[in-house]
Amino acid sequence: MQALKQIWQRIRQLSGDDAYERYLVHYAQVHAAQPDAAMPLSRAAFFKQWQEQKWTGVKRCC
Amino acid sequence: MSTFWSRVGWVGIAVMGATALSRVALARGESLNALWLITAAVCVYLIAYRFYSAWIAANVLAIDATRATPAERLNNGRDYVPTNRWVVFGHHFAAIAGPGPLVGPTLAAQFGYLPGTLWILIGAVLGGAVQDMVTLFLSTRRNGRSLGQMARDEIGAIGGTAALIGTFLIMIILIAVLGLVVVNAMKHSPWGTSTVAATIPIAMLVGVYMRYIRPGRVLEASLLGVILLLAAVVLGGWVDHHPLLAAWFDHEGLPLAFSVIAYGFAAAVLPVWLLLAPRDYLSTYMKLGTVLMLAIAILWLRPEIHMPAITPFIDGSGPIFGGKLFPFVFITIACGAISGFHALIASGTTPKLISSEADIRMIGYGAMLLESFVAIMAMIAATVLEPGVYFAINSPAGVVGKEALDAVNTISRWGYQVSVEQMQQLASAMGESTLFARTGGAPSLAVGMASILGTVFGKHLLALWYHFAIMFEAIFILTTLDAGTRVGRFMLQDILGHLHPKLGETSYMPSVILTSALVVAGWGYFLYIGVIDPNGGVNILWPLFGIANQMLAAIALSVATGVLIKSGKVTKAWVTGLPLLWLLAITSTAAYQKLLSEDIRVGFFAAANDLAKKLSSGLLPPEKAAVAPQLIFNQQLDAWLTLFFVVMLWVVVLDMVRMSWRYFSHQTIRPSSEVDYVASTLA
Repeated sequence: MQALKQIWQRIRQLSGDDAYERYLVHYAQVHAAQPDAAMPLSRAAFFKQWQEQKWTGVKRCC
Repeated sequence: MSTFWSRVGWVGIAVMGATALSRVALARGESLNALWLITAAVCVYLIAYRFYSAWIAANVLAIDATRATPAERLNNGRDYVPTNRWVVFGHHFAAIAGPGPLVGPTLAAQFGYLPGTLWILIGAVLGGAVQDMVTLFLSTRRNGRSLGQMARDEIGAIGGTAALIGTFLIMIILIAVLGLVVVNAMKHSPWGTSTVAATIPIAMLVGVYMRYIRPGRVLEASLLGVILLLAAVVLGGWVDHHPLLAAWFDHEGLPLAFSVIAYGFAAAVLPVWLLLAPRDYLSTYMKLGTVLMLAIAILWLRPEIHMPAITPFIDGSGPIFGGKLFPFVFITIACGAISGFHALIASGTTPKLISSEADIRMIGYGAMLLESFVAIMAMIAATVLEPGVYFAINSPAGVVGKEALDAVNTISRWGYQVSVEQMQQLASAMGESTLFARTGGAPSLAVGMASILGTVFGKHLLALWYHFAIMFEAIFILTTLDAGTRVGRFMLQDILGHLHPKLGETSYMPSVILTSALVVAGWGYFLYIGVIDPNGGVNILWPLFGIANQMLAAIALSVATGVLIKSGKVTKAWVTGLPLLWLLAITSTAAYQKLLSEDIRVGFFAAANDLAKKLSSGLLPPEKAAVAPQLIFNQQLDAWLTLFFVVMLWVVVLDMVRMSWRYFSHQTIRPSSEVDYVASTLA
């Protein structure tokens, strides 16, 4: 069961399904403590940024 | 497990691998089971990975797991993120493995199964995987710098510029040839065309779902997309039987080519989230799922290889592409053995995700071995076909004749039995009107895949499997086409930005439209010529792509060799130096023959002159005479392009040699751009 759960987690990570959750964790760890920290992005806003950034540069080969 | 048993195990793998390889290499006349190929390949990969890659990691690169990677030092939660190694492996593999390893081996099977198979195995373990791993290592030690930047920093300005121009031109030729593969697969196939067309609205729907309906729910959206794609394959069969709808989707090559060109332009101008990103998700899942399914089916079915080990076409008279075994098998199979393009991925996203240097071996070397395995499976799918059928599908009409009977007679004369009835039966079983002269590799791969998958997962579903395979190939060819056009656009905007800053802004619409149109016009031109060329176009474009891709590999290996020499590892520089020498030999020989061969199916100038002579003496039928001037111009253009590639290649290599010479004679050289050691705190 534990193994299945881990595989599922890896699949979510690989596809970017959990990207927003990971961003929130990163935000809480790094930015939340800063005095001038802005509110974290909403899921939709974050996804927009994430997708734009994912597709700049050479991403696919032959 | 004690060392003793581990040794026994590795000796066992070595013996098994040697037995399988000798079966593969020495089988003559008797039939060979595909399982031997699989066994040989897997044993070679295991041994190479366990010993050679470990030795390179420890002794040549001196990989240091205690050193913090850029992902750790520069972690910004976005592009630099320490990531689990299996996840990075997945990203890296999905990025490097495209349609290349499927098409190349299918075409190279005209020499028989042996030459291509050996090159896929040897090339990957000694060349391709080493290139990927070393480039990944160098880029990881340099904060994820790109190949072009590393070439500039470590060797000189020339290498960087060459890498930039090389990448741009490869992109143009690659997209053209892949576009041609799709066009040839859709030609007069209402089922194929309607299914491929349906992938566009499906991708858009998935894109809208991910962005607006349920933002960021990537897996849900992808699952929806995959179900719709499978439905599109089934519905295509219905369209095929519907008299009116079938007529809508039944087209000649040229209108299909123009549709692909128009699509490419739209895809480059539209925002990524609408088409490119969702299509990429779908193609990645399709790719992984189908490759896995094919592997299971081959293991289950254990099909016999029908193609001989070596065919008489090694003398250069092959119908699919002209040119002798040496050097053309090494040019035709680039992806799957050694592909320079991988160096761009290995110096792009991947190094920014690696959490420990210890993962570099598995990701760089391992992912390439997996791609090589995909190439082996493509080789199996091509060679389980009866050779007569294989040649009937893949030989262009310009070589074997336009009429079915002519084609069958020509192929039978070569000694490969095939009949018109057999081909008609096969075509109707696959739900196609004809399978003659369906060049480009996709239809023959689809027939091979359908016969393997159909036997295991339902024989009466052959037509469905065939079109599933076509859809599977088309969807990620179109992803490469979208992504490639976009990359070309960015590069062009970058260059034009130096002339006029406004043009360099990636969100400035006039510039977006201008540069997209220029890139699309570039590959659209080669695609157009490929379609009107009666010899199939693949014969010209695929070798050109191979030469360009190998040139990029040589640039990557030059950078690697130069850095190894500079850092005092002269006695170990052969690890990248030998593959570099080999690439120099094959690329230069191929370019030489492409330029100067008297054989009109090999030499560009010879072909141009021959056609010009025929045109001026009025020997050509009117429809051929009409396109002859374009074909003549194109052959000359291709010749100059080839010359450009090979000159570029030598300039970079000589620049590396010059740098090494300065190092040996204690003159000043550019200092290493490696980032200083910082201890890792990730346990």
